[in-house]
Amino acid sequence: MRADLAFSYIRRGLLYLGLSVAAFVSIFPFYWMVVGSTNTSPDIAHGKVTPGTYLLENIARFFEMVDVPRMFWNSAFIALVGTALTLIVSSLAGYGFEMFKSRFRERIFAFLLLMLSIPFAALMVPLFIMMSRLGLINTFTAVIVPGIASIFIIFYFRQATKAFPSELRDAARLDGLNEWQIFVHVYIPVMRSTYAAATIIVFMANWNNYLWPLIVLQTVENKTVTLIVSALSYAYVPDYGVIMISAVFATLPTVLIFFLLQRRFVEGMLGAVK
Amino acid sequence: MAARIVRREQINGWLFVAPALVLLGIFMIYPILWSLWMSFQTGRGMSFSFGGLANIQRLTQDTVFLRALSNTMIFLAVQVPIMIVLALLFAVALNDTKLWGRAFFRTAIFLPCVTSLVAYAVLFKSMFGAEGVVNVALTAIGIGPIPWLTDPFWAKVLIILAITWRWTGYNMIFYLAALQNVDRSIYEAARIDGVPPWARFWYLTLPMLKPVILFTTVISTIGTLQLFDEPYNITQGGPSDATLTLSYYIYNLTFRFMPSFGYSATVSWVIVVLVGILTFVQFMVARERKRT
Repeated sequence: MRADLAFSYIRRGLLYLGLSVAAFVSIFPFYWMVVGSTNTSPDIAHGKVTPGTYLLENIARFFEMVDVPRMFWNSAFIALVGTALTLIVSSLAGYGFEMFKSRFRERIFAFLLLMLSIPFAALMVPLFIMMSRLGLINTFTAVIVPGIASIFIIFYFRQATKAFPSELRDAARLDGLNEWQIFVHVYIPVMRSTYAAATIIVFMANWNNYLWPLIVLQTVENKTVTLIVSALSYAYVPDYGVIMISAVFATLPTVLIFFLLQRRFVEGMLGAVK
Repeated sequence: MAARIVRREQINGWLFVAPALVLLGIFMIYPILWSLWMSFQTGRGMSFSFGGLANIQRLTQDTVFLRALSNTMIFLAVQVPIMIVLALLFAVALNDTKLWGRAFFRTAIFLPCVTSLVAYAVLFKSMFGAEGVVNVALTAIGIGPIPWLTDPFWAKVLIILAITWRWTGYNMIFYLAALQNVDRSIYEAARIDGVPPWARFWYLTLPMLKPVILFTTVISTIGTLQLFDEPYNITQGGPSDATLTLSYYIYNLTFRFMPSFGYSATVSWVIVVLVGILTFVQFMVARERKRT
């Protein structure tokens, strides 16, 4: 029995050791980013892990090298407009597929689920040619429009709509509302937590999007935060202090959303799948 | 009267889904079919001519393509299992309500998937430099510096480490959610019957998590087959193409060199076919296990 007890203590110890290592490894890059933004580029390259005194210099150089307000506006515009349009179009479709069933539409829906596994890599070449023929290269329209109808989000809304009480819809019909009014005045308010969770997922995806904007946005003044971060690290002599600041800029909005809306955030990620 | 209501239902049904269907038609169905058609075209720039299977023939002789394909498959075969096992272990450990600091560990391990792929890639690049913080630490404990960015083998290891860092917590969240739906009394009964912990994990937990494991394996597979942001920003595909992936190669073919749209469409269809085959295989394996 004593041996058993000792064994269980050792197991506990190993468990906490393993989890602590995992937590340390998970958090360290964040610490590295924040501390790095206070150090000089050579210090960062040589692995200095203690805070330095170069924060203001790094920020000043970042603003010198990059039109920061412009970059931030580009990302914010693409993320916000993209998210709003995606939510409208995809929630309409999710609602439509669930509320108005027909055999033909069920088939289309099944087909869409199959298309869910089409990789973006297979679309990017024709999409690029399409956008260049339309003269939309280097525009935000070209970045935003292909993502508006998201099968993933349509699926998410359809699943959530299954929990929408049909009595509410019947009551609204008796009150003389038409289907569009029901959607706007009854469905959207009732489903606001679904909308909140979907907003987080779509906003994150848009804010962090990289490959498609990299292809489409070609001039410096149109580049988004992620493109700038990448361009800074691609420099011939990368200035790591500035890169760290830019990484903080890129990460801050999503980290803030995560900590402010932690439960919704996780719900959104999970809900998209159930 | 009834017929009129049914017809109005039909019209409304189409109106609600129409915007999405039109957009999907233009930006998904049409491009994917177009790229299939393009994959039979040869020629550079905007001048195409029908080439039959010439592109497929070119694939088999293209050493850069073959390297990108094998790199991608190595990332897939090594990284996805490691990540899924780690995520499962963390989920099972963190599912214990008596665990001290549970919320902290959960948040910490989940935190990496809040970062943008580019931002974390750039951080990893700075940490794993020749004299970077990781090599400083490795030297301090006597292992010595590792040529992460300049050696073909270690560059692959670095990419695998990076993706594992970014996505393990994401997968863990799915397993944790699934574990929370499991009836605890089954575990109680097994424990009282003297079933050892590993057997409880193997015979109770794993079978119940199978649908979620299948799901996460499928999305990780699709994600890894499209790997681009990390190799592009950490290793630039190098050294000597050691971390070049299929997506990266398509990008190079289309946007770096004189574009050869037909051929890059062919390479992109390789990804489509791989996704299809691997997803199918994973579903079959899961079904096979269910029967036995």
